[in-house]
Amino acid sequence: MTEPSTPRVELKGISKSFPGVRALDAVDFRVEPGEIHALLGENGAGKSTLIKVVTGAVRRDAGTMLLDGTPVEVNSPADAPKFGISAVYQEVNLIPTLSVVKNLTLERQPMRHRLISWKRANKRARERLARLKLDIDVERPLGWYPVAIQQLIAIARALEDDSRLLVLDEPTASLDAREVELLFSILRELKARGIAIIFITHFIDQVYQIADRITVLRNGRLVGTAPTAELPRIKLVAMMLGRELEAVETRKPAKETVETSEPILAVEGMGRRRYMGTFDLKLRAGEVVGLAGLLGSGRTETCKLVFGAAHADSGHVRFEGKPIRIRSPRQAIRLGIGFCPEDRKAEGLISELTVRENIVLALQVKRGWWNRLPFEEQERAAQEMIKLLAIATPDADKPVGQLSGGNQQKVILGRWLASQSRILILDEPTRGIDVGAHAEVIALIRRLSGEGMALLVASSELDEIVTVSDRVEVLRDRHKVGEIAGADITRDNIIHTIAAG
Amino acid sequence: MDRATSQRPEMDRAAKPQTTAPAKASWLGELVSRSWFWAFAALGLILLVDAVVSPEFFSIRIMQGRLYGSPIDVLYHGTPVALVGLGMAVVIGTKGIDLSVGAVVAIVGAVMTNLIHRDLSPFTVTVLTLGAGMLCGLWNGFLVAILDIQPIIATLILMVAGRGVALLIDAGLIVTFRNEFFSAISTGQIFTVPSRILVLAGAATLLWLFLRRTALGLYIESVGGNASAADLAGINARFAKIGAYVLSGLYSGVAGLLICADLRMSDPNNAGLFIELDAILAVVIGGGSLAGGRFYLGMTVVGAMIIQCLTTSILVSPLPFQFTWFVKGAAVIVVLLLQSRRLRETIYTAFRGRRA
Repeated sequence: MTEPSTPRVELKGISKSFPGVRALDAVDFRVEPGEIHALLGENGAGKSTLIKVVTGAVRRDAGTMLLDGTPVEVNSPADAPKFGISAVYQEVNLIPTLSVVKNLTLERQPMRHRLISWKRANKRARERLARLKLDIDVERPLGWYPVAIQQLIAIARALEDDSRLLVLDEPTASLDAREVELLFSILRELKARGIAIIFITHFIDQVYQIADRITVLRNGRLVGTAPTAELPRIKLVAMMLGRELEAVETRKPAKETVETSEPILAVEGMGRRRYMGTFDLKLRAGEVVGLAGLLGSGRTETCKLVFGAAHADSGHVRFEGKPIRIRSPRQAIRLGIGFCPEDRKAEGLISELTVRENIVLALQVKRGWWNRLPFEEQERAAQEMIKLLAIATPDADKPVGQLSGGNQQKVILGRWLASQSRILILDEPTRGIDVGAHAEVIALIRRLSGEGMALLVASSELDEIVTVSDRVEVLRDRHKVGEIAGADITRDNIIHTIAAG
Repeated sequence: MDRATSQRPEMDRAAKPQTTAPAKASWLGELVSRSWFWAFAALGLILLVDAVVSPEFFSIRIMQGRLYGSPIDVLYHGTPVALVGLGMAVVIGTKGIDLSVGAVVAIVGAVMTNLIHRDLSPFTVTVLTLGAGMLCGLWNGFLVAILDIQPIIATLILMVAGRGVALLIDAGLIVTFRNEFFSAISTGQIFTVPSRILVLAGAATLLWLFLRRTALGLYIESVGGNASAADLAGINARFAKIGAYVLSGLYSGVAGLLICADLRMSDPNNAGLFIELDAILAVVIGGGSLAGGRFYLGMTVVGAMIIQCLTTSILVSPLPFQFTWFVKGAAVIVVLLLQSRRLRETIYTAFRGRRA
């Protein structure tokens, strides 16, 4: 690339540490005027921190930032507009109950006789929206409009007449295909006006649709920058996933024999609009099915649809050959399905309840509320799980919120084992737990499958998927894009499947 | 959280603070680190002040076959708030609130009065009256659990409209009655013990059995503690919430029955007025948090008695009764401060420090 012009933004050697984490390590990054630059990376790669350095939300520890060739210090997000830097964050920071006008003039209301002039405010709001060719009723509450329009309104709010750089953090996460197209057409226009755009997303297809160049970060380091046209998908995916340095556990030999047996749960054409594309899935006794894909590819969504925690709007489910519909987690549990969610604190544990109560919860639900599990049996079930899973707790009466991450995960696993689940869905079973507990969980997955349980394991760590799976379903951009079985399960094959198409 | 509760092993959720003390921590330090200790300490303090101010306070005597004395007075007059508080504790456990309890007291009174005038048997009247209370709770539960209206708004509806319902039942009049059975339940005595105190003891025990000998209590605490985790664990949140509001309606109904029988009339405008505030206070003093997730039945009754104890104490003291409200307010602040985890841990550390 020969770039005679001065870059719009040039970051050199940016470093930032938070207590215990090196979020950015000497990262270089440049964006040209009139360029849409995709910034990619998995969880914890440092995308958000880099963006926050640019907008002044985070002070860098080291490095320089040049804007159109001049060194600048952006001290706070409130400072950013002065430099022509506009940002729209992932969590739309608008207030849905207020009118569009109020949202657009939150910081600076036009005054007249020391009072707010709503007439002028309306005019100013309409002008701002006109920049994006948006002609809507500005007096309606923001929440009345579809997400795509809200997203555009957020951009309209961020954009000033003199904006030079627009930062978009996952603007398309909750948009459908047509809405994405609308957003992109506007981005192309902004680009034509010479505005530089930094675009963070998890959707690989969208990157190839709109981005001129791509920068990939991993674990706080720059992996590389390349023009989109010169970076094949396979290389991009490999750049994003990298290779974990920890010793890879030996892969268990995949079971070929179970392939033929009748699945306990068979899902066909299940999906939900704006949430997850349709997919097929078969879970057999004694088999571990891995769900692989990049961040945002639909792993969690698949788990939740199968468990009934999200409502599918299409598809058929067969349980032991009989057609059924899973409408709620309760129904799934009665069928013998268990689910360990990714976000343990928010969705898994009831932290004020004791270890014992958390463990017996699903078992109790199966028995029904009137048929309470006697205290002695609760204690027995809890002690059995504490012993089986080596949960580190002084006794079963400790509130579960006081345990460490790994032990909390074991408590949730214990909940499903105590209720004798036949199918277990694990979403990121090893996230946020220490190395020792990590190995224990992997060993447990293998043992359970050996005992005839059917498991569905979603993970962002490819090595983990490769280690435990008999079959791997590969997801991309909320669609199932392939299936790999048996000896073909390797990192490279999974990366190829994610990138293909 | 390490809020703690009564003495029964099953209800005892007490946990050591996270900064676990060495095993040989003093029993005193251990004691002051528990929240129930402070509720009892507050009660003890009030009684101590009473003993100093009016030496007669603790004299209990039997007159005309009945126990008399200030402590009995406290239990007697504290019963309605304690009953309403029991239901309130359960609702607050689901992260909800029931503002309609006072209106339910009024409705129940009107229903009961009218049934008595139809010459029905006391048993039928009791069943139908309590049924009316449960129906009110079912309505609240429907609004909260099915229509998903915020509890404070949902129960505000019945709080406002309920007294109108009671007035309609009474056709706008204050209806009086005489009925020996209900007088005996509310103001009579059994073996020298005022019968309503026995009603409270029975009702509290039944509620404890119903919630802790079935899994409903666990469901309610799960839903209140973390609604989405409870959902993913398969708990039917609607069922748990409706159950809680129906129980609140039922226990307000029992309180309403006692109040109405005491007054010997249905007074839609004043029966149970502001009782929701005392009931919420009783729950909070008893260690319940409006953030939901735990309920403590025994401690709620203690909380109601602390409130009543203050009122009675001021009545027997030389202070003019107008001071009741100030003293109540001040006492609540003190109790809540004593229950604050941070303050408790500070005191706890201080105790350990002194012994070390």
